[in-house]
Amino acid sequence: MKVTILDYGAGNVPSVERALQRLGAESSRTSSPECISNAEAVLLPGVGHYAALVRALDERKLRAPLVDAIHRGVPFLGICLGLQVLFKSSAEASQLQGLNLLPGIVSALPPAVKLPHMGWNQLNAKRDSRLLAGIDAGAYFYFAHSYAVLDSNGTAAATCSHGAEFAAVIEQKNIHAVQFHPEKSGDPGARLLRNFLRIAA
Amino acid sequence: MSLAHRIIPCLDTDGERVVKGVNFVGLRDAGDPVALAARYNAEGADELVVLDIAASRDRRPTFLETIRRVAAELAIPLTAGGGIRTLEDGRAVVRAGADKVTVNTAAVERPALISELSREFGTQAVVLAIDAKRSGHHWDVMVRGGRESASRDALEWARLAVAAGAGEILLTSVDRDGTQSGFDVALTAAISRAVTVPVIASGGAKSPEHFVEIFQEGAADAALAASIFHDEVQSIRTLKEFLAARGVEVRLPC
Repeated sequence: MKVTILDYGAGNVPSVERALQRLGAESSRTSSPECISNAEAVLLPGVGHYAALVRALDERKLRAPLVDAIHRGVPFLGICLGLQVLFKSSAEASQLQGLNLLPGIVSALPPAVKLPHMGWNQLNAKRDSRLLAGIDAGAYFYFAHSYAVLDSNGTAAATCSHGAEFAAVIEQKNIHAVQFHPEKSGDPGARLLRNFLRIAA
Repeated sequence: MSLAHRIIPCLDTDGERVVKGVNFVGLRDAGDPVALAARYNAEGADELVVLDIAASRDRRPTFLETIRRVAAELAIPLTAGGGIRTLEDGRAVVRAGADKVTVNTAAVERPALISELSREFGTQAVVLAIDAKRSGHHWDVMVRGGRESASRDALEWARLAVAAGAGEILLTSVDRDGTQSGFDVALTAAISRAVTVPVIASGGAKSPEHFVEIFQEGAADAALAASIFHDEVQSIRTLKEFLAARGVEVRLPC
């Protein structure tokens, strides 16, 4: 099984590739609609501005093949913005439409705390999670974001809190997504990626 | 349960080798950046900063290669900078594997650099480095490796830079840097309370108590040090255990 990394120009693609390499997984990066249509598993990394990701998906005609692949049941993992784009829209660029595969919207974290939410934080498990299998309940993961899904309508397997509780791990059939960066989260992050590889295999 | 306070080792390089400063002068060689990066990654460092303190144009390809080799060792975030003057400089550093770019002198001279970088990479990827030196009742922004005053108030500059899109401030006390007499608590607390973004305190660290102090009294979100980690005066693991025992939330390595 090969993981197809959707490369729209996000800065974290090389670190995701390296993290997969360390696990012995085969991966390839692509920005071509055909490669997404033929993918066995899709990983969508993302850092930066929501608008950059949505515009890149539309300009490169990746939206339809990506949505089709997910509808067909192709295992999907979204990281950071790759989680946010699964929802209807984001307050970071409210004029744009997300993939609308999950019910809910992306909101700004409340300004009562320091933003971006940057650094290592722990999760609150909400239900059994295949992505978090075998990972210590107190494990820390690396976050770097100012927007989040505050109400995931039950799709969150785990949440995190920074000013407000938000979805940290999403698991809904073949859709998997994390608000943190497993590729930058040491051993627990590597374990999570390995769990995804097993789910996808 | 909350956001952990971060411990960040810093590699000051001449582009290729790690060097370190005492009050920014008198540099000496302290090793191979790739070996140090691997060690810190394994010891439980929360992030790593790699700076090119020589920042000469002709050695830039060497520094980018250093970033590439260091990034390959890390499963934690990497910040790189030193001599970043343009958006293109920032792109090169990100492409080489850095998660965040730090800017200093060039941003003081042309604050639009901060907005350009944050528009392209997001605010979380833009770290404004401020070298501050006490001057009467305020702190002056220093540029060119801490040697020259920019005749600018550090608090005012920090607020402006955050408004322009800086997502984090790496605050170095020029007065304390290299002295090992403790972080500058007053400076860090003043800046941390003046801005809405995380602040990394730097300069002056030696003992574990210095770290407790900067987190509990200096309101720092992260603390950075170089020589005490390189010289193994302080191991990151024992430092974190000390902090946890003193009630400071940290990520303990397993």
